[in-house]
Amino acid sequence: MTVEQLIKAADLKPIALPHPERELDGAYIGDLLSWVMGRARENNAWITIMSNSNIIAVATLADVSCIILAEGVSPDGGVTETAMARGVNLLSSDKSAYEIAREISKLGL
Amino acid sequence: MQEHLVFRFEVNGEDFTSAGQASVQVKKNLRQIGIDPETIRRVSIAMYEGEINMVIHAGGGIAEVGVYDEYIEIVLDDHGPGISDIDKAMQEGYSTASDNIRSLGFGAGMGLPNMKKNTDSLEIFSTVGVGTKIVMRVNYK
Repeated sequence: MTVEQLIKAADLKPIALPHPERELDGAYIGDLLSWVMGRARENNAWITIMSNSNIIAVATLADVSCIILAEGVSPDGGVTETAMARGVNLLSSDKSAYEIAREISKLGL
Repeated sequence: MQEHLVFRFEVNGEDFTSAGQASVQVKKNLRQIGIDPETIRRVSIAMYEGEINMVIHAGGGIAEVGVYDEYIEIVLDDHGPGISDIDKAMQEGYSTASDNIRSLGFGAGMGLPNMKKNTDSLEIFSTVGVGTKIVMRVNYK
Protein backbone atom coordinates (compact mmCIF):
# COMPACT_ATOMS: atom_id res chain seq x y z
CA MET A 1 0.00 0.00 0.00
CA THR A 2 1.22 3.51 -0.74
CA VAL A 3 1.07 6.53 1.55
CA GLU A 4 -1.41 8.15 -0.83
CA GLN A 5 -3.73 5.13 -0.57
CA LEU A 6 -3.36 5.15 3.21
CA ILE A 7 -4.41 8.80 3.41
CA LYS A 8 -7.67 8.02 1.59
CA ALA A 9 -8.36 4.72 3.32
CA ALA A 10 -7.67 5.93 6.87
CA ASP A 11 -8.95 9.49 6.39
CA LEU A 12 -5.65 11.20 7.20
CA LYS A 13 -4.76 14.79 6.44
CA PRO A 14 -1.60 15.38 4.39
CA ILE A 15 0.54 18.24 5.73
CA ALA A 16 3.57 17.63 3.51
CA LEU A 17 3.46 14.97 0.83
CA PRO A 18 6.68 14.96 -1.19
CA HIS A 19 6.51 11.20 -1.85
CA PRO A 20 2.88 10.00 -2.04
CA GLU A 21 4.06 6.90 -3.91
CA ARG A 22 6.08 5.51 -0.98
CA GLU A 23 5.13 2.02 0.11
CA LEU A 24 4.35 1.17 3.71
CA ASP A 25 4.14 -2.21 5.34
CA GLY A 26 3.21 -1.56 8.96
CA ALA A 27 3.31 1.00 11.74
CA TYR A 28 5.32 1.98 14.80
CA ILE A 29 4.01 4.11 17.66
CA GLY A 30 6.37 6.08 19.89
CA ASP A 31 7.37 9.50 21.18
CA LEU A 32 10.84 8.84 22.58
CA LEU A 33 13.07 9.54 19.62
CA SER A 34 15.82 7.07 20.54
CA TRP A 35 13.30 4.26 20.76
CA VAL A 36 11.85 5.18 17.41
CA MET A 37 15.32 5.41 15.86
CA GLY A 38 16.26 2.00 17.14
CA ARG A 39 13.00 0.15 16.65
CA ALA A 40 10.86 1.58 13.87
CA ARG A 41 11.43 -0.36 10.68
CA GLU A 42 12.02 0.90 7.20
CA ASN A 43 8.69 1.61 5.44
CA ASN A 44 6.70 1.79 8.67
CA ALA A 45 4.20 4.57 9.24
CA TRP A 46 5.41 6.31 12.43
CA ILE A 47 2.59 7.51 14.68
CA THR A 48 3.57 10.11 17.28
CA ILE A 49 2.46 13.21 19.18
CA MET A 50 5.93 14.77 18.93
CA SER A 51 5.80 17.81 16.68
CA ASN A 52 9.25 19.46 16.82
CA SER A 53 11.65 19.50 13.89
CA ASN A 54 13.74 16.62 15.24
CA ILE A 55 11.05 14.19 14.06
CA ILE A 56 12.08 14.91 10.47
CA ALA A 57 15.68 13.83 11.09
CA VAL A 58 14.50 10.70 12.91
CA ALA A 59 12.08 9.83 10.09
CA THR A 60 14.86 10.29 7.53
CA LEU A 61 17.33 8.14 9.44
CA ALA A 62 14.85 5.40 10.33
CA ASP A 63 13.56 5.50 6.75
CA VAL A 64 9.89 5.39 7.71
CA SER A 65 7.44 5.98 4.88
CA CYS A 66 5.52 8.69 6.71
CA ILE A 67 4.99 10.44 10.04
CA ILE A 68 1.41 10.56 11.32
CA LEU A 69 0.79 13.19 13.99
CA ALA A 70 -1.96 11.85 16.25
CA GLU A 71 -4.56 13.56 18.46
CA GLY A 72 -4.83 16.58 16.16
CA VAL A 73 -1.29 17.74 16.98
CA SER A 74 0.04 20.40 14.58
CA PRO A 75 3.69 20.55 13.56
CA ASP A 76 5.83 23.27 15.14
CA GLY A 77 6.84 26.25 13.01
CA GLY A 78 9.09 25.37 10.08
CA VAL A 79 8.57 21.60 10.39
CA THR A 80 6.32 21.38 7.32
CA GLU A 81 8.93 23.16 5.19
CA THR A 82 11.69 20.91 6.53
CA ALA A 83 9.60 17.83 5.75
CA MET A 84 9.16 19.00 2.14
CA ALA A 85 12.85 19.83 1.80
CA ARG A 86 13.97 16.47 3.19
CA GLY A 87 11.36 14.44 1.32
CA VAL A 88 9.50 13.25 4.42
CA ASN A 89 5.74 12.59 4.20
CA LEU A 90 3.99 14.29 7.13
CA LEU A 91 0.33 13.52 7.85
CA SER A 92 -2.06 14.23 10.69
CA SER A 93 -5.22 12.89 12.25
CA ASP A 94 -7.56 13.89 15.06
CA LYS A 95 -7.69 10.27 16.18
CA SER A 96 -5.54 8.74 18.92
CA ALA A 97 -2.46 6.67 18.09
CA TYR A 98 -4.42 3.55 18.99
CA GLU A 99 -7.30 4.43 16.69
CA ILE A 100 -4.96 5.25 13.81
CA ALA A 101 -3.15 1.95 14.30
CA ARG A 102 -6.50 0.16 14.24
CA GLU A 103 -7.34 1.80 10.91
CA ILE A 104 -4.01 0.69 9.49
CA SER A 105 -4.54 -2.80 10.85
CA LYS A 106 -7.97 -2.97 9.21
CA LEU A 107 -6.27 -2.36 5.86
CA GLY A 108 -4.46 -5.64 6.28
CA LEU A 109 -1.05 -4.30 7.30
CA MET B 1 49.20 3.93 1.75
CA GLN B 2 45.63 3.85 0.51
CA GLU B 3 43.51 6.97 0.60
CA HIS B 4 40.32 6.67 2.58
CA LEU B 5 37.20 8.72 2.40
CA VAL B 6 36.52 10.83 5.49
CA PHE B 7 33.49 13.06 6.01
CA ARG B 8 33.92 15.82 8.59
CA PHE B 9 31.14 17.84 10.19
CA GLU B 10 30.92 20.59 12.72
CA VAL B 11 27.96 19.86 14.96
CA ASN B 12 26.32 23.10 15.99
CA GLY B 13 25.51 23.07 19.69
CA GLU B 14 23.37 26.19 19.61
CA ASP B 15 20.67 25.05 17.28
CA PHE B 16 18.62 22.18 18.59
CA THR B 17 16.19 22.29 15.71
CA SER B 18 18.86 21.39 13.16
CA ALA B 19 20.37 18.57 15.25
CA GLY B 20 20.75 15.44 13.17
CA GLN B 21 21.82 17.23 10.00
CA ALA B 22 25.28 15.66 9.97
CA SER B 23 23.78 12.18 10.36
CA VAL B 24 21.30 12.78 7.56
CA GLN B 25 24.15 13.97 5.32
CA VAL B 26 26.29 10.93 6.20
CA LYS B 27 23.42 8.64 5.33
CA LYS B 28 23.09 10.32 1.95
CA ASN B 29 26.83 10.13 1.29
CA LEU B 30 27.08 6.46 2.24
CA ARG B 31 24.16 5.66 -0.03
CA GLN B 32 25.82 7.44 -2.91
CA ILE B 33 29.00 5.38 -2.59
CA GLY B 34 27.01 2.15 -2.46
CA ILE B 35 27.39 0.99 1.16
CA ASP B 36 24.91 -1.77 2.08
CA PRO B 37 21.62 -0.55 3.64
CA GLU B 38 21.98 -2.42 6.95
CA THR B 39 25.41 -0.89 7.58
CA ILE B 40 24.08 2.55 6.65
CA ARG B 41 21.19 2.11 9.08
CA ARG B 42 23.49 1.13 11.95
CA VAL B 43 25.93 3.97 11.23
CA SER B 44 23.06 6.48 10.97
CA ILE B 45 21.50 5.46 14.29
CA ALA B 46 24.81 5.42 16.18
CA MET B 47 25.89 8.72 14.71
CA TYR B 48 22.54 10.42 15.33
CA GLU B 49 22.61 9.42 18.99
CA GLY B 50 26.15 10.74 19.27
CA GLU B 51 25.28 13.94 17.48
CA ILE B 52 22.27 14.54 19.74
CA ASN B 53 24.44 13.87 22.81
CA MET B 54 26.94 16.47 21.65
CA VAL B 55 24.14 19.01 21.20
CA ILE B 56 22.38 18.22 24.49
CA HIS B 57 25.42 17.88 26.73
CA ALA B 58 28.49 19.40 25.13
CA GLY B 59 27.45 22.46 23.13
CA GLY B 60 28.41 20.80 19.87
CA GLY B 61 31.62 19.30 18.56
CA ILE B 62 33.26 17.62 15.60
CA ALA B 63 32.05 14.45 13.92
CA GLU B 64 34.17 12.47 11.48
CA VAL B 65 33.07 9.46 9.53
CA GLY B 66 35.75 7.41 7.80
CA VAL B 67 35.06 4.76 5.18
CA TYR B 68 37.66 1.97 5.41
CA ASP B 69 38.05 -1.39 3.72
CA GLU B 70 36.58 -3.44 6.57
CA TYR B 71 34.45 -0.99 8.50
CA ILE B 72 33.08 2.51 8.90
CA GLU B 73 34.53 4.51 11.76
CA ILE B 74 32.69 7.34 13.50
CA VAL B 75 34.72 9.69 15.71
CA LEU B 76 32.89 12.23 17.84
CA ASP B 77 34.95 14.83 19.64
CA ASP B 78 33.66 17.50 21.99
CA HIS B 79 34.87 19.93 24.63
CA GLY B 80 31.87 19.46 26.86
CA PRO B 81 31.72 18.65 30.58
CA GLY B 82 32.84 15.04 30.17
CA ILE B 83 31.16 11.92 31.55
CA SER B 84 31.89 11.33 35.23
CA ASP B 85 30.54 7.77 35.42
CA ILE B 86 30.72 5.97 32.10
CA ASP B 87 29.27 2.70 33.45
CA LYS B 88 26.21 4.55 34.65
CA ALA B 89 25.89 6.47 31.39
CA MET B 90 25.88 3.15 29.52
CA GLN B 91 22.84 1.92 31.47
CA GLU B 92 19.54 2.02 29.62
CA GLY B 93 17.26 4.61 31.14
CA TYR B 94 19.96 6.63 32.88
CA SER B 95 20.04 10.24 31.71
CA THR B 96 21.19 13.63 32.98
CA ALA B 97 19.16 15.53 30.37
CA SER B 98 16.95 18.40 31.54
CA ASP B 99 13.14 18.36 31.54
CA ASN B 100 13.23 20.77 28.63
CA ILE B 101 15.23 18.28 26.56
CA ARG B 102 12.94 15.46 27.63
CA SER B 103 9.88 17.34 26.47
CA LEU B 104 11.38 17.28 22.97
CA GLY B 105 11.44 13.48 23.02
CA PHE B 106 15.08 13.03 24.06
CA GLY B 107 16.70 12.12 27.36
CA ALA B 108 15.29 8.61 27.56
CA GLY B 109 18.69 7.28 28.55
CA MET B 110 18.89 5.27 25.32
CA GLY B 111 21.61 7.21 23.51
CA LEU B 112 24.78 5.39 24.52
CA PRO B 113 23.03 1.98 24.72
CA ASN B 114 21.73 2.52 21.17
CA MET B 115 25.23 3.43 20.04
CA LYS B 116 26.63 0.26 21.55
CA LYS B 117 23.85 -1.87 20.11
CA ASN B 118 24.36 -0.60 16.59
CA THR B 119 28.15 -0.76 16.42
CA ASP B 120 30.76 -3.52 16.55
CA SER B 121 33.03 -1.52 18.82
CA LEU B 122 32.56 1.54 20.99
CA GLU B 123 35.30 3.30 22.92
CA ILE B 124 34.72 6.28 25.17
CA PHE B 125 37.55 8.56 26.26
CA SER B 126 36.27 11.19 28.64
CA THR B 127 37.78 13.59 31.12
CA VAL B 128 35.54 15.64 33.36
CA GLY B 129 35.92 19.33 32.54
CA VAL B 130 37.88 18.62 29.36
CA GLY B 131 35.63 16.73 26.97
CA THR B 132 34.66 13.43 25.45
CA LYS B 133 35.87 11.50 22.46
CA ILE B 134 33.91 8.53 21.18
CA VAL B 135 35.21 6.11 18.56
CA MET B 136 32.74 3.67 17.02
CA ARG B 137 33.20 1.11 14.31
CA VAL B 138 30.59 -0.65 12.23
CA ASN B 139 31.79 -3.64 10.21
CA TYR B 140 30.22 -4.15 6.81
CA LYS B 141 27.49 -6.73 6.72
